[in-house]
Amino acid sequence: MDKLITHSPILIIAIPLLAAFLTPLISRVNEKARDVLVITTLAFVEFLVIILARDIYANGIHIYTLGASSPTLTIPEQYMVPVRIILEVDAMSIFMGIISATVSLAAAVYSLSFMKEETGRDRFYTLLLLMIVGMFGMEFTGDMFNLFVFLEIASISGAALAAFRTRFTDAVEGGFKYIIISSAGALVVLFSVGIFYAQYNLLNIAALAQVIQYTMLDKIALALLVIAFAMKLGGVPLHMWVPDTYAAAPAGITAMLVVSSQACMYALFRVCFTLYGVTLNMATVGWIVIILGMLSMFVGVTMAIPQIDIKRLMSYHAISQSGYMLLGVGVGLAVLGNPEALATYGREAMSGGIFHIINHALYKGLLFLTAGALFYRTGTRDLNKMGGLGHNMKFTSIFFIIGALSISGIPPFNGFASKIMIYESVYRFNPILAVIAMLVSIITLASFTKAFQSAFTGPQLPQYKDVKEAPRSMLIGMGILASIIIFFSLFPGLIVGWIVYPAADALINQAIYISAVMGG
Amino acid sequence: MATLEFGLDFWNPIVCITAFLVLIAGTYLLRSRGQKKYKKGTAQTQIFLSGEEPPSVEQRHIKAHNIYWGFFQALKGYYDPTIKAHTGIINDYIIWFTAIATATAAILFIVG
Repeated sequence: MDKLITHSPILIIAIPLLAAFLTPLISRVNEKARDVLVITTLAFVEFLVIILARDIYANGIHIYTLGASSPTLTIPEQYMVPVRIILEVDAMSIFMGIISATVSLAAAVYSLSFMKEETGRDRFYTLLLLMIVGMFGMEFTGDMFNLFVFLEIASISGAALAAFRTRFTDAVEGGFKYIIISSAGALVVLFSVGIFYAQYNLLNIAALAQVIQYTMLDKIALALLVIAFAMKLGGVPLHMWVPDTYAAAPAGITAMLVVSSQACMYALFRVCFTLYGVTLNMATVGWIVIILGMLSMFVGVTMAIPQIDIKRLMSYHAISQSGYMLLGVGVGLAVLGNPEALATYGREAMSGGIFHIINHALYKGLLFLTAGALFYRTGTRDLNKMGGLGHNMKFTSIFFIIGALSISGIPPFNGFASKIMIYESVYRFNPILAVIAMLVSIITLASFTKAFQSAFTGPQLPQYKDVKEAPRSMLIGMGILASIIIFFSLFPGLIVGWIVYPAADALINQAIYISAVMGG
Repeated sequence: MATLEFGLDFWNPIVCITAFLVLIAGTYLLRSRGQKKYKKGTAQTQIFLSGEEPPSVEQRHIKAHNIYWGFFQALKGYYDPTIKAHTGIINDYIIWFTAIATATAAILFIVG
């Protein structure tokens, strides 16, 4: 078991990578065996993530150096700096890993039925596994260049998956837009990596963080990195690709695109807190993140209400909810240089924002899966054409209610727990921001009331009289996420204490991240 | 495990669920003391529209685009330019990206 834990950071990336290339081979022999391989792989990865998480919470940061005689040997003999590829998994990285593993498993189980009628499913599962590799790589990597590489892997496979159902023109358009904005973002990230390498001869995040001086070039790199990741996470006004891509992608993939965007949010936080840390003017960058968050919250929710395409409506809500996370963590960043404010409310604001990341991945993933179930049975995403579906799709209705109440921040659901942490702490930073956040939550409830009323309630429409409940594997996929939401709703204290506070502390304590690689 | 303590406050979902259950029990108690002459499948359950024939099932369901019509009318000044800005053209997305990256770099240069 100890060996498994030691090698788990690389295994979590390597196993889905191997499975991705095995999938088309096994698919030629037997399609059922391919499905079993994909689900088994993801279940095993989930297991590895959990045992690695337990180890990190007990023993601290987990380092894995590729090609070294020992995985913990970060700096080779006769060298002053790390030159090998290093995976550095701290409480924040593994927090994101838990999200990626869980949502990916649910999305893959869901896709078994959802994609049943599609051709080329061997390629679908290969791309799905590659996307997972990209997300884990971004979350676990300890160097900037590999962050770029894994960002590219996640982006290219994500674009191909978004455009997978090429018979739908909007799917091709969504995939095309995603690859364009991803390429633009990735090029900018690569340019920033070049700036660091030119100045410091380093690519490792911990080594860079130790020597970075916040020069004029570093400021340019920071601006480019912040905005590239803000665009990839769908922050307003760089959000416009989100509804185009999310709405057109297969439902399971939309849930994974949400997590992929969150991996980019993680990269943004990692750059601000760990790479630059105390060298930068925290108040300025913090306020930039807060303003991005406020714009995302408000524009996202107000653009969601007029939508009549259920997935576009949910996509705008994904933008809006990202705003809460940016607001919470942005407040923490703004007061990072003020120990008193950080202890009084900054850490709570960050914890609220981080708790909201996992809550959002769960309930937004669930909501997209319910929207997929509606599309699967009715053949439309248009809310104007739906109605009375709750009569025949009872489980889907219940799952939708759970997701809708949670995203709207209605007690006792988990969305409420993270939002109240954000409201309470942000109020002490700036009351106006907290009031706007509450207003956005009310509008979110109004928007989902509209979606629920339009799709599920009302008399049974003649054209949907014979509509059946979603297939079993789709219900299982939705059930996995709904069960975790209920668990998180009932035990918020346990979740925050176990995984959220350590993640927030990992971001705050830059020195621990640096010393894990550089020693001292 | 259930209690989340943060800042000056705390949140316990079990207390909240208990309060909901008490409310539901009270509501059920009130309901059970109400009129018991309701009969299913009789005229009591038919739609009554001042003697007019009720519309067909399709027309009875309020469509999504009709909901919150007044809200959108009241905020026309906000919605018209905001919706117009969402052109759906990828070139515009990249222009936004360039503009915001430039503005952010300028802020970092000027403010620090």
